[in-house]
Amino acid sequence: MAILEVNDVNKAFGGLKALNAVNLSVEEGTVHAIIGPNGAGKSTLLNCFVGRLIPDTGSVIFDGQSLLGIKPHQINQTGVARVFQTPEIFTDLSILENVMIPAFAKVDGAFRINAWKTVGTRGEVRDMAEKVLEEVGLHEKRDTIASSLSRGDKRRLEMAMCLVQDPKLLLLDEPTAGMSRADTNNTVDLLQRVGTHITKIVIEHDMHVVFSLADHISVLAQGTVIAGGKPEDIKGNPKVQEAYLGGAHA
Amino acid sequence: MMFAGLSRNDKLLFAGFTIAALAMPLLAWPVGANYPDLLQKFAIYGIFAIGFNILFGLTGYLSFGHAAFLGVGSYAAVWMFKGVTMNVIPAVIFGVLVSGMFAALIGFISLRRSGIYFSILTLAFAQMSYNLAYSVLTPITNGETGLQLSQDDARVIDRMFTEQTAGLPSTNLFGLEMSGYPGFYFCCVLLIIAFFIALRIQRSPFGMMLRAIKTNQVRMNYTGFNTRPYALTAFIISGMYAGLAGSLLAVTDPLAGAERMQWTASGEVVLMTILGGAGTLIGPILGAGLIKYFENIFSSYNDGLLAESFSFLPDFLNDALVFVIGPFVGEGWSLLLGIVFMAIVIFLPGGLMEGLARIHGWYRRRGQGDAGRKVAKQAAE
Repeated sequence: MAILEVNDVNKAFGGLKALNAVNLSVEEGTVHAIIGPNGAGKSTLLNCFVGRLIPDTGSVIFDGQSLLGIKPHQINQTGVARVFQTPEIFTDLSILENVMIPAFAKVDGAFRINAWKTVGTRGEVRDMAEKVLEEVGLHEKRDTIASSLSRGDKRRLEMAMCLVQDPKLLLLDEPTAGMSRADTNNTVDLLQRVGTHITKIVIEHDMHVVFSLADHISVLAQGTVIAGGKPEDIKGNPKVQEAYLGGAHA
Repeated sequence: MMFAGLSRNDKLLFAGFTIAALAMPLLAWPVGANYPDLLQKFAIYGIFAIGFNILFGLTGYLSFGHAAFLGVGSYAAVWMFKGVTMNVIPAVIFGVLVSGMFAALIGFISLRRSGIYFSILTLAFAQMSYNLAYSVLTPITNGETGLQLSQDDARVIDRMFTEQTAGLPSTNLFGLEMSGYPGFYFCCVLLIIAFFIALRIQRSPFGMMLRAIKTNQVRMNYTGFNTRPYALTAFIISGMYAGLAGSLLAVTDPLAGAERMQWTASGEVVLMTILGGAGTLIGPILGAGLIKYFENIFSSYNDGLLAESFSFLPDFLNDALVFVIGPFVGEGWSLLLGIVFMAIVIFLPGGLMEGLARIHGWYRRRGQGDAGRKVAKQAAE
């Protein structure tokens, strides 16, 4: 069953057609990779899923509900979480707090004044956060301030912040960009180990990562999906090779 | 029940704060600030700064118009004195409620923007309130003269129980006159309550959300939070704190004037908070106390008084000192405040609390160094 249906989405910035009649269907429980050369419109497409951009035409249906025209926090509340290309974390807060905040969003909803309890008290939310921190291997550092983390750890923290919400759909925008080989392998490991039941969309340049994670690959070039299928099929597809080797605009 | 969930450190902090606040007359004695009028100001502006810090220090929204809520609180309280009773409890409650409602309105509009645009919007609203209080709203504010008590006020509840007297009545707490030390202790108890509420907010999930909004609002939105109602709640709470401070100003001196809402008054609470340490619990109160204390000392000086205090020096030195120091006292006190403020922002961005933390860290390191040397010496022996 498709959990996300993207139909005929167009988005133009001035004269530039960033997305041109994009169709995409993401099956529940799979890892769907979106690859393509720089400027193909991958991030633009992702931004259309989380409410950062609104497509000019077309529809985005998640779990039977349109995502267009509703605010980012409402989209998150329907079960979509996103990891950004540059980690978006709460740098002034401790790691535990960083993970407790999304857990509160899951438990308490978009707005609730909870002013008489204390954060330090043990409870459901804290247990959720500590469990995820153990899974991603940041539990020992839980009381340090997030800004002092290494880049790799910041990404793992952001991953934990998304995983603690147990989303139905997790969007990962280049989760290994700028990482060392070892860190990249750790991230792939983590994604294969934790939250395996979560449907994921991964934008990635590193083909090693794509082929070790993806169940399905869509290739985006110049705002259009030029190919889609199982990893083995994509590997041998002449159109894909053309797009990557720069023959696309011939 | 009241302290449920608070850590041992927080309980100690609150206990220490309560003792220090109640013992303020004693603590202020060595510096000659132990008279009720000034002590009342410490407590009142402390409350103002605590509330401002909830919006600025925690949530990261810099309001340049908080004096408007101070003024509204004062007007509301004086109207309660005029219309209903000289008892201070209804006046304080009314002042807090009215400024809370006023804050809800201004916050609702101003919070559509953030950063500098938010600051400018709040500044514009406050200046608007100030000008309205002087002009169109004269029936409510009594314009330039300011709102005062008068002989023919209604005071419906008081009239039911007591005969009208010849002089103007004074504010009271069930008969206890609110001037001098009783007035200070009334403000002081409210300061302690205000501090306690701020402590609970800061340690609560709600407070954590406010700090998260300050750190990364984008992440908050993509994490499923509707950030605007959070910021609006913080704005209303800090507006109510300002209203409480404003009504206490009226309690200790039952008149209200528009100048209380001027932008300089809004700027002052920004200075207090940053000087003490924005985002800390104690810092803003410390900043408020210091600014009010030094304002009290320096603004009363003039060249004549200066010359007198340096009179033991030879004439030419005396003249030179008066020439150099003169511009910074009296009317020029804000010049001195400005220089100190610049120095703090440049060298101690975390305010006096950062300074204290640095000194503490330095002592601890020195202590450890001593201990280390002792161990090394023992090992050598």
